[in-house]
Amino acid sequence: MNTANTITNPVEEVIPDKTDRFSFVDYIGPIIVFVAFIAVWYLLSSVVLPEQKRFLLPTPHKVLTDGFFVWHSGERRGLQPILLSLWDSAKIALIGLSITIVVGMSLAVLMSSSRWLERATWPYLVAVQSAPVLALTPLIRALIDGTRTQRLLVVVLIAMFPIVSNTLFGLLSADKSQHELFTLQGASKWTRLVKLQFPAALPNIFVGLRISAGLAVIGAVVGDFYFRQGGVVGIGAQIDVYRNRLWGAELITAIILASTLGLVVFLFFGWVSRRAIGKWHITNRGH
Amino acid sequence: MSDAPASSSALLSFNNVSMTFDEGTKALDNVSFSINAGEFVTVVGPSGCGKSTLLRIASNLEANTGGTCAIDRNSIGYVFQDATLMPWRTVARNVELIAELHKLPKSERQRLAAEAIELVGLNGFEEKYPRQLSGGMRMRASLARSLVMKPKVFLFDEPFGALDEITRERLNDELLRLFQHEGFAGLFITHSITEAVYMSTKVLVMSARPGKIIASFDVPFAYPRNHDLRYEPEFGELCGKISHALRGAHE
Repeated sequence: MNTANTITNPVEEVIPDKTDRFSFVDYIGPIIVFVAFIAVWYLLSSVVLPEQKRFLLPTPHKVLTDGFFVWHSGERRGLQPILLSLWDSAKIALIGLSITIVVGMSLAVLMSSSRWLERATWPYLVAVQSAPVLALTPLIRALIDGTRTQRLLVVVLIAMFPIVSNTLFGLLSADKSQHELFTLQGASKWTRLVKLQFPAALPNIFVGLRISAGLAVIGAVVGDFYFRQGGVVGIGAQIDVYRNRLWGAELITAIILASTLGLVVFLFFGWVSRRAIGKWHITNRGH
Repeated sequence: MSDAPASSSALLSFNNVSMTFDEGTKALDNVSFSINAGEFVTVVGPSGCGKSTLLRIASNLEANTGGTCAIDRNSIGYVFQDATLMPWRTVARNVELIAELHKLPKSERQRLAAEAIELVGLNGFEEKYPRQLSGGMRMRASLARSLVMKPKVFLFDEPFGALDEITRERLNDELLRLFQHEGFAGLFITHSITEAVYMSTKVLVMSARPGKIIASFDVPFAYPRNHDLRYEPEFGELCGKISHALRGAHE
């Protein structure tokens, strides 16, 4: 190459990367909230609640000693049965979420490629999203065999909307001029989808994934209330039993662990998102 | 729509091109001019006069409703107002994009991209993402991407309009160097009279909508041009004439 004709390096500055530095603020806040939470809990369970109702909300240390620190007691008390049923629900949530991702993203791709299809299906997606799915339990039971399939269906119905809407929004988010760049090169619809629309949609897809993952956990837990059989039951069914028998410590333990599952799933997808798009996409503060 | 250019040396020619949009707006009225190899033609005109529509017709993004436009559509470089880089691709991968869409083998497009990156002076920035670059550097990457396929005709749609003046003047010089080095023909759209005169072999003035060519000025200055040219009396005089014609265009 003729170096005389090449251009000297630009003088403009490269915009420096903001480094993810360790920040005290990121940790002290959650700790303060945690301490406040425990304080309010003590207040409720030992001051606010009348004496004869206190079994409904045992104090935090009683939850630890009677719930978390008992491995196994009787037929279904203790940490072991709670963890087993949590694992059962987690499996339903994850399988359901996987189905939701595949179906939801395919649906979004179809909708993005046809305005007609988008118009035709959108109102019903919104309707399913706002419908009280659990009110349909008798119908689901009548139409589908097997509690496992029934529970999965509840998860898919509850978790579907954020995946579809965010993926669709992302697929349609590429600039007009970026599309024109592809048009000028005579790119096929498939090339445009793979090299332009899908990567452009990734930030939105991850937002949808995180919301759907949380909903999938809720769907699995709530689905357990309505669809259960003998043997190992889901955490929701377990919670229902504790609730009926007024076993406060076990009830609170199970609820805390179910929430923790939701939190873990949420953090996991945040981590995946940072790994996948963190280099080029400015992610939201604090996530 | 890919008629061969009318005259053998014209790489791009508009013959009585008119454009009326579906909703009834008449954007272009009987526009005729041609660009030969080695020419750099700039169109100036009031906002919304249909300057950009010319480029959209030449590149077939839009179909003209009257007249003919002759150009080899397989050899067009198009530079947009914004850099239109893919934020998820590094500079190197962005520059490869057009070659990739033309299904060139990986080693070939990497070689061509490296060459183009060198040409625009972005070496050392290959692995940066667009968000890490300044506006001027993004534009360079965008230029490099278009250069990869070595098009015979370059269409520039106000590419430096969003940049600060110093960056803009620097990129003017670099684009001129590329113009000489690569030997493409250019059709450039801008609002800036100084930029138009500095860059071009010919400046066309367009009227307000519907756009017509109302004046044409040959620019006599030889290449390579030096940035001090902007302060020569002849340069100022020519700018004055164009400005006068442009004022007429607004009426």
